[in-house]
Amino acid sequence: MNKIVEARFIAPDIKLFRIEAPKIAEKRKPGQFVVVRVDEYGERIPLTIADSDPNEGTVTIIVQGVGKTTKQLNLLEAGDYVRDIVGPLGKPSEIENYGVAVSIGGGVGTAIAYPTAKALKEAGNYVIGIIGGRSKEYVILEDEMKKICDELYPTTDDGSYGFHGFVTHKLQQLLDEGRKIDFVLAIGPIPMMKAVAEVTRPYGIKTVVSLNPIMVDATGMCGGCRVTVDNKTYFACVDGPEFDAHKVDFDNLMKRNRMYIEHEKKALEEFICRIDLMAKKLEKQNA
Amino acid sequence: MPELTNKERMQIPRHHMPEQPPEVRIRNFNEVNLGYTIELAREEAERCLRCKKPVCVEGCPVAVKIPDFIKMVAEGKFKEAAEILKEDNALPAVCGRVCPQEDQCEKVCVVGKKNEPVAIGHLERFVADWERKNLGFRMPEMKPKTGKKVAIVGGGPAGLSCAGDLIRMGHDVTVFEALHEIGGVLIYGIPEFRLPKEIVRAEVDYLRQLGVEFKTDYVIGLTETVDELLERYDAVFIGVGAGLPYFLNIPGENLLGIYSANEFLTRVNLMRAFEFPKADTPIMNLQGKDVAVFGGGNTAMDAVRTALRLGAKKAMIIYRRTEAEMPARIEEIKHAKEEGVEFIFLSAPLEFIGDDDGWVRAVKVQKMQLGEPDESGRRKPVPIEGAIEIIPIDAAVIAIGNGSNPIIHKTTPDLKVNKWGNIIVDPETMKTSKKGVFAGGDIVTGGATVILAMGAGRKAAKAIDEYLKNPDIW
Repeated sequence: MNKIVEARFIAPDIKLFRIEAPKIAEKRKPGQFVVVRVDEYGERIPLTIADSDPNEGTVTIIVQGVGKTTKQLNLLEAGDYVRDIVGPLGKPSEIENYGVAVSIGGGVGTAIAYPTAKALKEAGNYVIGIIGGRSKEYVILEDEMKKICDELYPTTDDGSYGFHGFVTHKLQQLLDEGRKIDFVLAIGPIPMMKAVAEVTRPYGIKTVVSLNPIMVDATGMCGGCRVTVDNKTYFACVDGPEFDAHKVDFDNLMKRNRMYIEHEKKALEEFICRIDLMAKKLEKQNA
Repeated sequence: MPELTNKERMQIPRHHMPEQPPEVRIRNFNEVNLGYTIELAREEAERCLRCKKPVCVEGCPVAVKIPDFIKMVAEGKFKEAAEILKEDNALPAVCGRVCPQEDQCEKVCVVGKKNEPVAIGHLERFVADWERKNLGFRMPEMKPKTGKKVAIVGGGPAGLSCAGDLIRMGHDVTVFEALHEIGGVLIYGIPEFRLPKEIVRAEVDYLRQLGVEFKTDYVIGLTETVDELLERYDAVFIGVGAGLPYFLNIPGENLLGIYSANEFLTRVNLMRAFEFPKADTPIMNLQGKDVAVFGGGNTAMDAVRTALRLGAKKAMIIYRRTEAEMPARIEEIKHAKEEGVEFIFLSAPLEFIGDDDGWVRAVKVQKMQLGEPDESGRRKPVPIEGAIEIIPIDAAVIAIGNGSNPIIHKTTPDLKVNKWGNIIVDPETMKTSKKGVFAGGDIVTGGATVILAMGAGRKAAKAIDEYLKNPDIW
């Protein structure tokens, strides 16, 4: 059981949690993740560590409520507990002084890109941040990114804030302007990461993505998270989660992530139904 | 009852284990074997010849005093029988269910030379179950506290048996487990219908009451390294098992619907996917589907029988060799057959074929024939040229074994491993290349059995005890 010491929404359906986990806080490096289980019947979900405070003994995770488990997690408040948290898992990001590094975060992916961008800055890189969202309220961690980026470009699909367009359009614009870019880190929805890989491929820019396949144990024991990279099979939990974007088979990953789509739908429907019932009960009690 | 002569004992037929009928049990996850009644157990115990030189004890990896406990069963002294069992075996209710007795104690049983051997495993199970139901916890003889601390890495059979011995020797013991529940393969791998989880939990609770401390969600190598453990503990035992599934390495293996046995079984056993959506973790819907399991060991049998219980229309074992070469226990094969599992022998998978959405739809297999025996003594399968078949399937489970998980040895540079990543130990003491660190179970031997891992855990406990008394003997 691990206590939540802070919980707040930072965007619609996106919540930041600081959770007590002293050992993990002490050990974790940028790019690593934890597995969280909400309750006794909960599934094990991997979540990248956005930040940590070794003195306070907490790790920060940022969760987008999309399915049953993440929505259930996002109902928790400071003072509540999660049943399990284990980590730090996966390989840390390979941090070097590349020169000019572009860190791209799409939606909640910014939470994953942030710690690595910070480490890239500390390693001496000139860091350009591109953080995208559907609209203004979905652009997250702008203040945090601003502190560590030499240049920061928020983008929105609908033009409600910052650059009007996808993160890839902004990246392409920088390249068209003849900017020298030595390294790109892209984290977000699979189609976004795939698109970034296609933008940088002709320029031969080293591009890294963090993959989010379905996992169970996340320590190399089940092989459920296998991804195809350079026509070879890797386990994202122990060989990754970061891989060379130009070699990842994104189509296979996208298909594999749809494996339980019917189950996910059903679980979410039942969960919402249960919540509605509880809400009605409460209303009755209060009436 | 008057004392029987050996001749009379030899003539009593073996008492068979009562079971759920196949047509009933394939619709539930309850245990297949129902256990002996008191009468059956006492009658079966009368079959034991109480040999002066019991070869069965030599056949047991943890050297349970078999004739002694069976004599107590015959006399109806079940409490005494349980005490004898627990002296050598920390997990008798587990071993009575999953040990390959036919290759160990029962294989060498003298009664078995003329008749069927004494049902030692069934009797062990009976005694352990009787004790759990009737007596509850009783403190065994414990040595005075030594003040020494031992860290056990991995909460599976090797670690639990090592912990059980060390705590009784007076040492403080902490078990570190990566998953959220203690038990290792007993919890995530072996299905409920063969080993109810309630029994594993009871055995773990027993150790907890003896004073063993358990830490779950703790990955040694990542959360804390072996070197860091050595700063806090006087000795470390590594029993992390063989936790890296082998795949077939054939085209199409990453299609949807293809699982490793570890994933398939973990979803169902540890994560309780058969209770979805009460449990959050799903498993693909197998109702009316055709499922192929590749492999011929106990894990393959567990997977194929699990698929049947999840509603598979057709559950197949596809194996490269023939039934005679299958490493699975005879009882598991028998149960699988009774339940309607289809066995396709002499077939090696070449390729998985998928549809446009990425789901597996068929497997292409190469038909084989048996050739000359290989190093293991088993006749080697060789391809029959041009004999290729396409078998339609909706799901596949790969159960061809496990390699060693590299997390520990990658983070412990001075721990010597062989080319397969198995930790190298002195076979007498289980000590590794690193002072104060011992290892045993599948991480040393590669994938083997629960009881061999437990035997290694015991052997290590004995050596650790000696080392703690005198660290200079290293």
